Amino acid sequence: MMTRLRTYIMHVEDLPGVLNRVTSLFRRRGYNIDSLTVGRTEASGVSRMTIVMEADDDAARRVEANLYKLVNVLEVHDTTNRPCVTRELALIKVKADPTSRAHVLQLAEVFRARVIDVGPEALIFEITGARDKIDGLAGVLASYGIVEMVRTGTVAMLRSADVVEQEQPRTSAA
Amino acid sequence: MMRTGAQILWEALRREGVEVVFGYPGGAIMPAYDALLDSPIRHVLVRHEQGASHMADGYARVSGKVGVAIATSGPGATNLVTGIATAMLDSVPLVCITGQVSSKFLGSDAFQETDITGVTLPITKHNYLVTRVDDIARTIREAFYVARSGRPGPVLVDITKDAQQATTVPVWSDEPVRMRGYRPELHASEGDLAQAAELIERAKRPVILAGHGVVKADADMLLRAFVDKTGIPVASTLLGLGGFPATHRLSLGMMGMHGEAWVNHAIQEADLLIAFGMRFDDRVTGKLETFAVNAKKIHCELDPAEINKNVRADVALIGDVKDTIEALLPLVSRRDHAPWLTWIAEHKGSAAVRDIQTMPHDGRLFAAHVMHDLWRITKGRALVVTDVGQHQMWEAQYYKHDHPKKLVTSGGLGTMGFALPAAIGAKLASPGDEVWVVAGDGGFQMTACELSTIAQENLKLNIAIINNGYLGMVRQWQQFFYDGRYSATPLRSPDFVKLAEAHGLAGLRVTSREQVESAVERARATSGTVLIDFRVEQEDAVYPMVPAGAALHDMIRRPSPIVETAEDE
Repeated sequence: MMTRLRTYIMHVEDLPGVLNRVTSLFRRRGYNIDSLTVGRTEASGVSRMTIVMEADDDAARRVEANLYKLVNVLEVHDTTNRPCVTRELALIKVKADPTSRAHVLQLAEVFRARVIDVGPEALIFEITGARDKIDGLAGVLASYGIVEMVRTGTVAMLRSADVVEQEQPRTSAA
Repeated sequence: MMRTGAQILWEALRREGVEVVFGYPGGAIMPAYDALLDSPIRHVLVRHEQGASHMADGYARVSGKVGVAIATSGPGATNLVTGIATAMLDSVPLVCITGQVSSKFLGSDAFQETDITGVTLPITKHNYLVTRVDDIARTIREAFYVARSGRPGPVLVDITKDAQQATTVPVWSDEPVRMRGYRPELHASEGDLAQAAELIERAKRPVILAGHGVVKADADMLLRAFVDKTGIPVASTLLGLGGFPATHRLSLGMMGMHGEAWVNHAIQEADLLIAFGMRFDDRVTGKLETFAVNAKKIHCELDPAEINKNVRADVALIGDVKDTIEALLPLVSRRDHAPWLTWIAEHKGSAAVRDIQTMPHDGRLFAAHVMHDLWRITKGRALVVTDVGQHQMWEAQYYKHDHPKKLVTSGGLGTMGFALPAAIGAKLASPGDEVWVVAGDGGFQMTACELSTIAQENLKLNIAIINNGYLGMVRQWQQFFYDGRYSATPLRSPDFVKLAEAHGLAGLRVTSREQVESAVERARATSGTVLIDFRVEQEDAVYPMVPAGAALHDMIRRPSPIVETAEDE
């Protein structure tokens, strides 16, 4: 069966150790997390995680079922087949001396990256977008020399009025 | 009224209906042990904390209630781990309570500090670290609810010493426990039930696979009704034994690695498998690619995460097995699978001649003889607690269990040393039962210290050590798969009779088949615990055997001259 990148949105109780429980499950079952973000939500006491991992359909279903077995996990949604927007933020420090700076800035403009720091030897760009857009910018900047890069990992949200409901009754995961 | 955390803990346990706990005191749990003196709950002092978790496990499996083990922080807590993992893999409801260093020392590598919630995270259904006295009552209540509901499992509650010592006015609730992220009730949909019923109606060669879930859900009578109506034969997993009467005409026996040949053949030949409360463990399926390739599969299982894990289900009925069978029963019609049963019976006939019971008696004592005689003498009514290894498989093959919860064994984790402590828990759960411990000479020595517990608690157990001087199952694998190179399997043991006597218990030795009956009868007639050292054939092997990773029908069979005779006929 084909594996592909999947994006899960999860609501979990905001308690110490919950992140550890979630990541421990992925480790134990042998699934590799591609990216994971976690932060507060509009509801108090509830954190939201976005997890991206590579899996085939069967593994994806089992991950979801296993996540539900964690007592602190409130909701799990595999958004892979639903209309949703995904964003990632990256900071990229790239070598740019006075001779190359103009070129670098031009390239960044195409990707709508913002310059947030200028130094004599390097620039720092901030870019927000879907993963492939960031990959694209990193790709073209590589030839100038990327000094360092940090990426936040993907966050995702369903489009329009489609929301990930909290605490809806769970049905069979089969 | 102001109460200490320790007092609240015991009151919370009492409110959960706890009558007995198994434990061992130590520094960080001393406030709780002090308060224990004023509690009506019985405490069994174990000799090693592993014994506490196994005893709680045996107690839980037999009583159907939640078993409770107690230990101190650090080494006390880590010693519980093997028992917790055992309970996790066999879905046994436990609540393990551990003392922890005071909250101000947490994370400082203080004396006897272990991050036990971290250690047990992957081997508990859930766990808690409690640092506030006000959280103790609610946490214990939640722990019991999580442990026993849905697919049961062990829950650990780690309570800091200062939380045990602090005082508060406890708040007791009689409301049902509500937890935001935990909703264990799942039910099969009507559509899925109808689809399953249609597959059952169409099947010509169906087999039911009955697992631990049947026993745990108390679904044995319903399963019987289902079988009597549909006429479908039943194969059992190791942990499913007793969930369907072994002597019923439609009982095939145990399936899997050491299952009977005709059972495995029937599964491979089936056009429909109906799995009730089992998870297609690798010891049951053999090589997955060749497992029952012509059969549709209906998987009735409580845990959605088990569906399509090993074997792809054509229909998945998620929910309590009892509810599922109840819902299916009116949807299926009365059938008689005569041609299919005839096919199975023919295979059974040819396989039975390889049975050790039909071999000519040559004076040697085989473990299978001991199991068979034990079954016969106890009329199949004993509660048998087995350890792990060859004797465990011989027990499963030759002690025919007609009733549920009369076999207690570590199936999923295969924990050597399980039997003796688990039997102590089993006996306390069901004092009226005749309890037999069946253990090998290897596994017995792993937890033999609990003989002292038996003596101190004045318990009546019967202990059968199947003593072959080897770590028998590993020796068998070495014989079959490692050219007979016996690496670290020959085993020297103490004089078990004297060991029993040193503990103030009775010991007997049996070296020939003629002595089996009188020894067993003597043990049964003795009011105290009796240990019997059965000196059995040293290099016998468990047959048939599906080698790990082989197809289910590729079995190593018992070499027997009688087979040729039978085939000559």
